[in-house]
Amino acid sequence: MLDPMLQRPCGGKYSDIVAAIGQTPLVELKRLSPKPGVRLYAKLENYNPTGSVKDRVARSMIEDAEARGAIRPGQTILEPTSGNTGISLGMICSRKGYPLKVVMPDNVTEERTALLRMYGAEIVYSPGAQGSNGAVAMALEMAEKDASYYMPYQYGNEANPRAHYDGTAVEILEELDDIAAFVGGLGTGGTLMGCARRLKEEDPDTLIVAAEPLQGELVQGLRSLEDGYIPPILDVSLLDRKIFVSNRDAVVWTKKLLAEEGLFVGVSSGAIASIAVRAASELDEGNVVFIVADDGWKYLSSGVYTKPIEELEGTIESASFW
Amino acid sequence: MSTVKIPPVLRPSTGGEREVAAEGSNVGEVLRSLADAHPDTAHQLFGEDGSLNRYVNVYLNDEDVRVLDGLDTPVRPEDTLVILPAMAGG
Repeated sequence: MLDPMLQRPCGGKYSDIVAAIGQTPLVELKRLSPKPGVRLYAKLENYNPTGSVKDRVARSMIEDAEARGAIRPGQTILEPTSGNTGISLGMICSRKGYPLKVVMPDNVTEERTALLRMYGAEIVYSPGAQGSNGAVAMALEMAEKDASYYMPYQYGNEANPRAHYDGTAVEILEELDDIAAFVGGLGTGGTLMGCARRLKEEDPDTLIVAAEPLQGELVQGLRSLEDGYIPPILDVSLLDRKIFVSNRDAVVWTKKLLAEEGLFVGVSSGAIASIAVRAASELDEGNVVFIVADDGWKYLSSGVYTKPIEELEGTIESASFW
Repeated sequence: MSTVKIPPVLRPSTGGEREVAAEGSNVGEVLRSLADAHPDTAHQLFGEDGSLNRYVNVYLNDEDVRVLDGLDTPVRPEDTLVILPAMAGG
């Protein structure tokens, strides 16, 4: 018979969809755990209203701006995004009456575009070959030229990691007595920074492991290394390990999560899971928690879930999955 | 000798080479060896104080050396160093 705590149903009553963000399930993955003494858990952030962890961040940034008086009613929000933050902002801004304009690389899956349009966002595409660096640069330039925009700027906004310090990490701590390792995806750094600070406050020995994308050569369209970008909120000293994962390995593990644990999740989550299992294999015992950042619906068109890996080489080389 | 993988943005400075063999027992020595063989890489990899340029990430196989022992991270002959530009996500 299952432990009663593991059977606590999702639920609760919320005043609207924005209030329903968070309180996501923590699910044990018994089949993927590499050792009997190590328990592997996935924090399913795809259970948020728009299907990704960014719902927490978008709500935190907008509510923080409102509380500080930094945003006027009806002001246009401008934000660079690889998709999920834009989608989350799209939902929240449409609820709160803020027009939204996002800058996004043009090589993301078509589902991201569809979801953004569905929530009423205006999309400005940046060159896919420059990845998110290009989107950030373009958005900053637009914001500099037009002071009527408010840019939350997830890469430099402390409300981003704070959403995880006050939310994601607290929820994990409520469910587990100790956490040997926490594994998150490194995009803006928000999840890792916020969770690292809160989890290490509770137990300084908790390992914080970052999984990051190995950017394919087709999306490294920089003129020089000086065109590189480091999110201002990222403090690498809070990380115990930082490991890249190729798109190919991310896809392999995304398929494995589906086949072995029934999890239909996005490709970054496959990457994160691969590093979580690696971290788990290096422990004798303990709990390892990793973040599932989003669900698989917006990657369906890529064929990742239905085609064998051999047929996906072109997609893998050029796609932006994070 | 270990292998150093060169990102597209740095290849004009290595004569178009995607991979270069380099000597050294730690990351700093291997990168210096690379810079000695391809001088145009030096100012791109290192700051004036000899530390790694802020926007350059160097991985020992697949782990960022900044989270290991930085330029003092030991390197074995069978290891690969991967140089990558810092790229945003999210």
